[in-house]
Amino acid sequence: MLQVIAFYALATVAVLSAFLVVAARNPVHSVMWLITAFFSSAGLFVLLGAEFLAMLLVVVYVGAVAVLFLFVVMMLDVDFASLKQGFLSYLPLGGLVALILAGEAIMVGTFWAETHTPAASDVTAMPANMNNVQALGHLLYDEYVYFFQAAGMVLLVAMIGAIVLTLRHRPHVKRQQAHIQVGRDRKTAVELQDIKPGEGIG
Amino acid sequence: MWTYWLNPENPGAGFWIADTLSAILAFMIVLLLSLAFLLLMDRKVWAAVQMRKGPNVVGAFGLLQSFADFLKFVFKEIIVPAGADRVLFLLAPLITFILAFIGWAVVPVAPGWVIADLNVGILYLLAISSLGVYGIIIGGWASNSKYPFMGSLRSAAQMVSYEVSIGFVIVTVLLFAGSMNLSDIVSMQAGGFWNWNLLAAHTLPWPMFLVMIPMTGVFFISALAETNRPPFDLPEAESELVAGYQVEYSSTPYLLFMIGEYLNIVLMCAMTTILFFGGWLPPIEIAPFTWIPPVFWFAIKVVFFFFMFAMVKALVPRYRYDQLMRLGWKIFLPTSLGAVVLVGAYIAYGAN
Repeated sequence: MLQVIAFYALATVAVLSAFLVVAARNPVHSVMWLITAFFSSAGLFVLLGAEFLAMLLVVVYVGAVAVLFLFVVMMLDVDFASLKQGFLSYLPLGGLVALILAGEAIMVGTFWAETHTPAASDVTAMPANMNNVQALGHLLYDEYVYFFQAAGMVLLVAMIGAIVLTLRHRPHVKRQQAHIQVGRDRKTAVELQDIKPGEGIG
Repeated sequence: MWTYWLNPENPGAGFWIADTLSAILAFMIVLLLSLAFLLLMDRKVWAAVQMRKGPNVVGAFGLLQSFADFLKFVFKEIIVPAGADRVLFLLAPLITFILAFIGWAVVPVAPGWVIADLNVGILYLLAISSLGVYGIIIGGWASNSKYPFMGSLRSAAQMVSYEVSIGFVIVTVLLFAGSMNLSDIVSMQAGGFWNWNLLAAHTLPWPMFLVMIPMTGVFFISALAETNRPPFDLPEAESELVAGYQVEYSSTPYLLFMIGEYLNIVLMCAMTTILFFGGWLPPIEIAPFTWIPPVFWFAIKVVFFFFMFAMVKALVPRYRYDQLMRLGWKIFLPTSLGAVVLVGAYIAYGAN
């Protein structure tokens, strides 16, 4: 009873806010709706018994990815009028893509519903005598460890690539080098000069 | 729906709701009341370091100062700047305020004294503390003003950076406990102060304290950065940004920001207590120490760490922004990652 109410509430909020991501005029508002959509999906995960995934969704997507989105979008100086002009010309193409995606989702859904008899093991994310953190860890680090490592390597390469592409060494900029500053001692920093009276230095 | 909850044949549901609601109410009242005096303590400590008296006019020793400030804020006029995004401008302090409270839902202050004993409690806390950035970033943007905007950009970069090292430090504790449940993490440290995660004597002869003592330091310093406390209060650096993201805020919205900020600090103190200093456990489990109820041990430790936060604020000069980023990414991140590897090696090869 309570689960059903929670599911419909969360699902409605998720769909509505996903729509508003596209419909909102202000890009910052779009990101806010996107965050709401992430949150509702996290709630759906909790309803499925996958609380670990739900928390990861919040930590990674809401806590980091969406912050960076917001970071970029906030600094954009967007002309809303010119942005809205292209909307109708992109509508046929966008609508086509949306139709194809929706069709595929419906196909997969009906196929799954016809071949699977709904059993308890289908709706719960938890195998017997294991909580879902352990189950996920078992899958990722025991059964599919090589794929997991490969995915990690791909991400690492992407990250290094992005840094290499954007890194510029400007030659005439003085940079602070903390280890040199900290490593200075009396021997290298202080020099005692014996000055004769009336002559000054050098 | 209400007939379902209040149905006498469903005692579980109605009882659960009443139980949870009263627990939430108790937590909120105790937190707000203690926050009033912690704020005073913060100002008194700061004053004592600078050889001033601090607030001493309202009530005996200034004890009612926070309540006077509260009334002053509430009775002022709310000013929304022209050109501000009105909804988001007023939503931002609410986000900070609410997030600061809901983090406490999983904090166990004594055995069984917790609103929701989640299995992923520590992850929940991490998620909530990573959400804290939204109140600041939205508030800064919605003000439609340069200084708040700069403050919110700084804050976003700073909090995202230090979350990474906080996450890794938490992983080291998780590896010891083998559980993400905060109550389990605390009860795992029972037996005496040498079993706390700070010293981790149960790992001997493997000297895990060599890893955990620095990690406690990393966590504490990252907590300072995560809550925008001095020496890392660059989002509100008054010499550069006036007051950063809260320049345009007045009256109750400002008060909500303030309460949220201090509540986050207390939450970070509570996290330090739970993760490294044995939560509600007494330092030595013999007679005079065990007479004190667990919740008081928890409170004593939290107040001690709040005192440390106040002392840091009073003693340490503010960092420069590039130094802050260097500390987070070049020092804390590799160190905490190395600590995860070391603790992982201990779990794999040293623990029996």
